[in-house]
Amino acid sequence: MSQEIVQLLVDIVKLIIIASVIMGIFTFILLVERKLIGRFTRRYGPNRVGPFGLLQSIADAVKMMLKEEMVPGHVDKVIYVMAPGMALMTALSVFAVIPFARDTVVLPLESLIGFSVYLTPWVADINVGVLYLLAVGSLGSYGIILGGWSSNNKYSLLGALRTSAQMLSYELPLGVAVLSVVVMTGTLRVTEIVEWQTQFAGLAWIVFLQPVAFLIFFISALAEAGRAPFDLPETENELIGGFMTEYGALKFGLFQAAEFVHAMMFCTITVTVFLGGWNMPFLNEILNIMPTPIQALAPVLHLGIFIGKSLAVYCSLIWIRASVPRMRFDQLMAFCWKWLLPIALLNLFATVMGLAITAELLGLW
Amino acid sequence: MELTIFIIVAVLSVVSALGVIFNKNVVYSALFLLVNFLTIAVFYLMLNAQFLGMVQILVYAGAIVVLILFVVMLLGEQLGEDISSWVTPANGVIIVLALILLTIIGTAVTDYPTTGAKGDFTPELIQEYGQAEMIGVTLFTDYLLSVQLAGVLLLVGIVGVIWLARNDEQLPATGDVPTKEA
Amino acid sequence: MPIEFPVLNFFALSPIIVVIVLALVVMFMDMLSSDKTVLGYLTVFGLFGALMPCVPLLNQTKAPTFQNMVVSDGYAVVFYIIFIVTALLSSLIALTYLENRGMQQGEYYILILLSTSGMMLMAASTDLIVTFLGLEIMSIALYVLAGFNRRSISSGEAGLKYFLLGAFASAFFLYGVAFIYGATGSTNIHEIGGWFSTNEIYQSNPIALVGLALLIIGFAFKVAAVPFHWWTPDVYHGAPTSATAFMAVGAKAAGFAALVRILAISFGGVFTVQWQIAISLLAVITMTSGNIAALAQKDVKRMLAYSSIAHAGYLLVGVAALPASNELYRVQAVSGLLFYLMSYAFMNIGAFAVVALLEKQGKIGTKLSDYTTLSTRQPFVAFVMLLFMFSLTGIPPFIGFWGKWYIFWAAVDANLGWLAAIGMINSAISAFYYLSVVVQMYMHTEQADVETTPIALPAPIAIAVTVTAMFTLLFGLWPTPLINLMSLAVFG
Repeated sequence: MSQEIVQLLVDIVKLIIIASVIMGIFTFILLVERKLIGRFTRRYGPNRVGPFGLLQSIADAVKMMLKEEMVPGHVDKVIYVMAPGMALMTALSVFAVIPFARDTVVLPLESLIGFSVYLTPWVADINVGVLYLLAVGSLGSYGIILGGWSSNNKYSLLGALRTSAQMLSYELPLGVAVLSVVVMTGTLRVTEIVEWQTQFAGLAWIVFLQPVAFLIFFISALAEAGRAPFDLPETENELIGGFMTEYGALKFGLFQAAEFVHAMMFCTITVTVFLGGWNMPFLNEILNIMPTPIQALAPVLHLGIFIGKSLAVYCSLIWIRASVPRMRFDQLMAFCWKWLLPIALLNLFATVMGLAITAELLGLW
Repeated sequence: MELTIFIIVAVLSVVSALGVIFNKNVVYSALFLLVNFLTIAVFYLMLNAQFLGMVQILVYAGAIVVLILFVVMLLGEQLGEDISSWVTPANGVIIVLALILLTIIGTAVTDYPTTGAKGDFTPELIQEYGQAEMIGVTLFTDYLLSVQLAGVLLLVGIVGVIWLARNDEQLPATGDVPTKEA
Repeated sequence: MPIEFPVLNFFALSPIIVVIVLALVVMFMDMLSSDKTVLGYLTVFGLFGALMPCVPLLNQTKAPTFQNMVVSDGYAVVFYIIFIVTALLSSLIALTYLENRGMQQGEYYILILLSTSGMMLMAASTDLIVTFLGLEIMSIALYVLAGFNRRSISSGEAGLKYFLLGAFASAFFLYGVAFIYGATGSTNIHEIGGWFSTNEIYQSNPIALVGLALLIIGFAFKVAAVPFHWWTPDVYHGAPTSATAFMAVGAKAAGFAALVRILAISFGGVFTVQWQIAISLLAVITMTSGNIAALAQKDVKRMLAYSSIAHAGYLLVGVAALPASNELYRVQAVSGLLFYLMSYAFMNIGAFAVVALLEKQGKIGTKLSDYTTLSTRQPFVAFVMLLFMFSLTGIPPFIGFWGKWYIFWAAVDANLGWLAAIGMINSAISAFYYLSVVVQMYMHTEQADVETTPIALPAPIAIAVTVTAMFTLLFGLWPTPLINLMSLAVFG
């Protein structure tokens, strides 16, 4: 086997691992979400299955799998079946460019197969990574739109229409917010953006330098992921679940998973772009004075920090869901076009001006 | 390996393009269009134009096809209807014309091998500075006027759309009555 | 990567910049002022300001600017003047017309100004990308202007038809540009021409020929040449009359501006025979079918729409005369075209101003029968309409005669005598429908059931018709200064 093929296999294995880990986290965090929401609303949340209700998610998953896979007679069958998969696939593919740690691990296998195998902590490090994030993120609406349309149900269609309008609108402030980060860091490569944030002993998190961009990004991400208070595509009380109305069993489960992965994807992007990625303030400085065996553990540490941060951001989503009421649709659109987008553009303008003035003062041109 | 990927993607591209034209359902056509855009993005990637590939996905797949689907759904019944048949004399003429055009292009490409674009950017330069940076620099020097004009174009579009989409109540009440002249 | 910012010659583009800035100012004032008439006057006076820099530009040496994307040579500047005059006169018409119809809105003037800037760019551009952007800026504004009267079904129909077919035309144009780029590796029209002259084997590359054909089709749509004219009657008829006047002259002139420059510079030495034949055939069918269809019209606005198709045909004769045997003849053909476009601007806008005046709110008022007794109801307007009709026919000593004279002369010089002959026959045909308006106005006064109330003549439209009539007559009697101006119009 040539090196090329081995590296390709490694990448594929990495993708499989990422997908399974995320789906594993899904079952776990679904329980956390229900528990937390319960606590926020002065309930206990699920507590019957297993100790403290720990097995509740597994029970739900088993139930969903054992249900009959039925396709209603009035739907457009091909698209109806395709939609949940599409929703999940687009959300999962974003993780390909996220760097989970800093260092590449080299497996010294020269003696065995004739060359070393490189284990990068990302699947691909492309030079337009930020654009990739935005591009694949923008494909996320297809699953929902197609699911809503193929269901041939007016509630589903309304949900789908709302989604497409909502996602198209909120993509703009989202992109502009990220753009001001790109202008600041001067790169489109995701790994370099994270690396940029390790300056000043890891204190140069972009959230401190671009608080406005962070807020806009976070709000838009909530809307893009269809999370409360922007969960209009699936409002139970007015649209009976929106695009999911006609779905059941495993396909419904897939939609649920896709929704979670979509939200998780935005959490990881938030962490990567704004919250320092795998880094903590002073972490590298402390690691540098440590003995070598501990330094070798750095990738694991980075990975742990990354996952911890992402879960923390996700918990804040749950918190928001429990405390903010859902917006009305016209408010949603007006908020995006009349507030978020102008502020994002002003922020971009201010960023550029600030950079230009700094460069002028420091004599950098 | 590259050739194999190219052939697969090329076939997919042509099939999806034909699917756009010959599908009887508008939503399926839009989906084939999506596939077509994605294959074009893959072509860009294979030509080492990652920036263009990503922008292709972002703009066309991410926004334009979504808008097309949006409109199809909004208009619903009228547009979603099946088209009865594609076998008409007019379509026959169109196919013949298209084949003639294809023949001309095909023979021309083999007879007059194209010399390729004549930019100043070598692969080494792109490797050194990155693709987005190079495109940015070109846009703001050589194509500065085009960038600014694109801004004017967007302004025209915004002004026009706002006028056309304005609520009727906000129009002056003394307007013309709707008339259908002979 | 180190950026070397280019030196930009903003002065060369100053008329365009003034027009765009003026549009922004009007947009800003639209926000502040509730009286929208002010915006119309602001537009008119601002356009005078845009005319100012044209004078020094005419005498200046022709320096390309913006990395060879545009050039402000005499050719471009003369077109600037044509477009600005067109926009100015049609804004004057709009001041009255929109007021009468209760749709005096700032957006109208913004769109007129931006559309004008697009036209000017098409005339100045030496790069197909800029040509395309100019074309789109112009066209998108015109689509909205055609459908500007949202309370009228026919105006909506005009906007939609123009948009759909115009988008097709743009696609044709773009496809042609793509082919030409594929064949030559450049979008700069000078480089395209140079590439053909240095690589002689490629002079028969069919891809370039296909690209050229698609390009011509795209422009033929925009200038309303037969058989790409199907949108014209409905759009010109449905659109607000002031907008019709603007697009009939402006869009046509802009299309010819870009077409002539591309044909003369990029394809001046290659595929000449092919495109000359194609343009000649287009000219013949455009003139003939435009005139014959106009004969059957009972509605003056629609008749003028068909007549504008016929005029596109005459102009195409001038384009066909471009590959003349020597440089002098070529200059003659170009200046003849420019003279014709200028004269067409005066007489056609004048005619549309009269049509706009007679249109009544809620009624149509453009029927031929509505013109009966105009000579007693409003003698001055009837008289200027008579001038415009004579001039459009090409009767000496009006400006329209000289336009036809120069163009047909150029055709004869280019060994296209047969084309000139067909053009003259067509001019004779056109006399029937132009003069029937005159007959209606002056000779059916004795009928019993016609209106006899005098028609008021508001100031803006009075100025518009007076100015156009004056130029129609003045330059008809003494065309030398105008043709001298046009002969300055050489490519840089």
